[in-house]
Amino acid sequence: MIDLKSLTIKEARKKLDEKIFSAVELAQAYLAEIKKKNKELNAYLEVFDDVLAQAKMADERIAQGESSPLLGIPLAIKDNILIKGKIASSASKILENYTASYDATVIAKLKKQGAVFLGRTNMDEFAMGGSTENSAYGVTRNPHDLSRVAGGSSGGSVVAVVADLALGALGSDTGGSVREPASFCGIVGMKPTYGRVSRYGLIAMGSSLDCIGPIAKNTEDAQIIYDAIYGPDILDSTMITNTTYPKISSKKVIGVPWDLVKDKGVDPKVQENFAESIKKLESLGFKIKDISLKNLEIALAVYYIIMPAEASTNLARFDGVRYGLHKDGKNLLEDYMRTRGAGFGKEVRRRILLGAYVLSHGYYDAYYGKAQMVQNDLKKEFAKAFESIDLIATPTAPFVAWKIGEKSDPLSVYLADIFTVTANIVGVPAISVPSGFLETEGKKLPLGIQFMATHGAEDALFEVGKRFEGI
Amino acid sequence: MEDLAALARIELGEDEKKDLLADMQGILEYVKQIEEVKVDVQPSGLNNYNVWHEDKADAREFSKELIIGQFPDSQPARPNGRSGGDGIFLKVKKIL
Repeated sequence: MIDLKSLTIKEARKKLDEKIFSAVELAQAYLAEIKKKNKELNAYLEVFDDVLAQAKMADERIAQGESSPLLGIPLAIKDNILIKGKIASSASKILENYTASYDATVIAKLKKQGAVFLGRTNMDEFAMGGSTENSAYGVTRNPHDLSRVAGGSSGGSVVAVVADLALGALGSDTGGSVREPASFCGIVGMKPTYGRVSRYGLIAMGSSLDCIGPIAKNTEDAQIIYDAIYGPDILDSTMITNTTYPKISSKKVIGVPWDLVKDKGVDPKVQENFAESIKKLESLGFKIKDISLKNLEIALAVYYIIMPAEASTNLARFDGVRYGLHKDGKNLLEDYMRTRGAGFGKEVRRRILLGAYVLSHGYYDAYYGKAQMVQNDLKKEFAKAFESIDLIATPTAPFVAWKIGEKSDPLSVYLADIFTVTANIVGVPAISVPSGFLETEGKKLPLGIQFMATHGAEDALFEVGKRFEGI
Repeated sequence: MEDLAALARIELGEDEKKDLLADMQGILEYVKQIEEVKVDVQPSGLNNYNVWHEDKADAREFSKELIIGQFPDSQPARPNGRSGGDGIFLKVKKIL
């Protein structure tokens, strides 16, 4: 029997190569766990019917002496990443039966390595949310406390890894959608530099912010997945290369924006845990520097202008003509209105309307235009800050996972992104690493620490993550 | 709200219009704080610049099979042979 609880990608690779177990046996072990737990957790929207066939092919490659880091490794894939021939619904009714006609670049890269795709995971509809409560297919539950949210929008992918329903996963991160659920559930989630991982085949939300990122039990595994998916792609014109940004030599200085961390909206126990984490980093030899970035506190407001503006534009394509759901009206315009009214959930409708508003004549300059200017200022502030520091540390989220249904006001949910959105606005890479637990109502709820690095410095994040985990 | 819904091509019920209006007012009140921010830069668009690449052909996979493969409902030739010469129909949704 395979001990899935302690198994990592690195160990599984070794055991597959040494024939201690086969890829089919590994896949069977995960399928059995999914059968046992998925009904309660709702991590997967669909478990693929060809899992064992994929694993068999991996075994054949292993038998021929082939080995690559993810050959035969079972992974979960967020429902907004296209796998040819499989449904990709973005957890929306409007794409309920949409079958992908091509592979996303990340999927093509993983297929080349021989990874096994277990299924597609639940998420907030079109990645709009921080709790997976906005899925059209029900909420995903946090394995640490089933009455609480898993975080989002990549909640299904994160829970799949935490609950041993997959060895690793892919999520997408537009404002913290990989890092926040990773923090809420106590694992590692990473958002690469914008343009480092191809977005080709990712159902778009905010195109200038979207990133596909790895989710894993530890930083080493996250790095293995990241290594498999990053790299130039002719099919995404926003890709960067290894030479786009200069290489930075490590100076081991971590900047902490204490004024933001000590904000009244941040749970005092989260602040306490973060302060302890900073002490641990000092004990590892990192120098801690207090930093103050003028526009950091305004980043969330900037995000909630730019993101809905881009989302409303991106989602204009879902009109019932080319994809998915179609509702008949009296004329073409009514077809659009009825299809989009019935097909989109409430949060998606809210963000589309917000986007339409901030882009509309008379408000464009005050909202979208101004947000772009502040975004530009923030980029400059970050570039300046990274001249004297190597990393920026913050808590990943200002509080622990909340109770399902507890937050009815959308703004209170948006505030969960206060620490994570900046990395997307500026385009820098960031990682969330578990930093301990907070005992609430008899349950131990995970917390996370977030590190941000300058553009292209993913290596610095993996290094600090591994060292932090090693304490 | 009605104008916005029409602009966004989304049918909304009367109750939902009221709910969304309240939500939007709260969100706009929050994001409005950017009005107070002093920026010392020009609109970001003015800082953009063109990146020029050599005009060369890159090898890409582009074939009849690839295109047909993107139409899940592609059909083989009809018995009467009316196939447009390729032996295959590409079935697309009716637009009007």
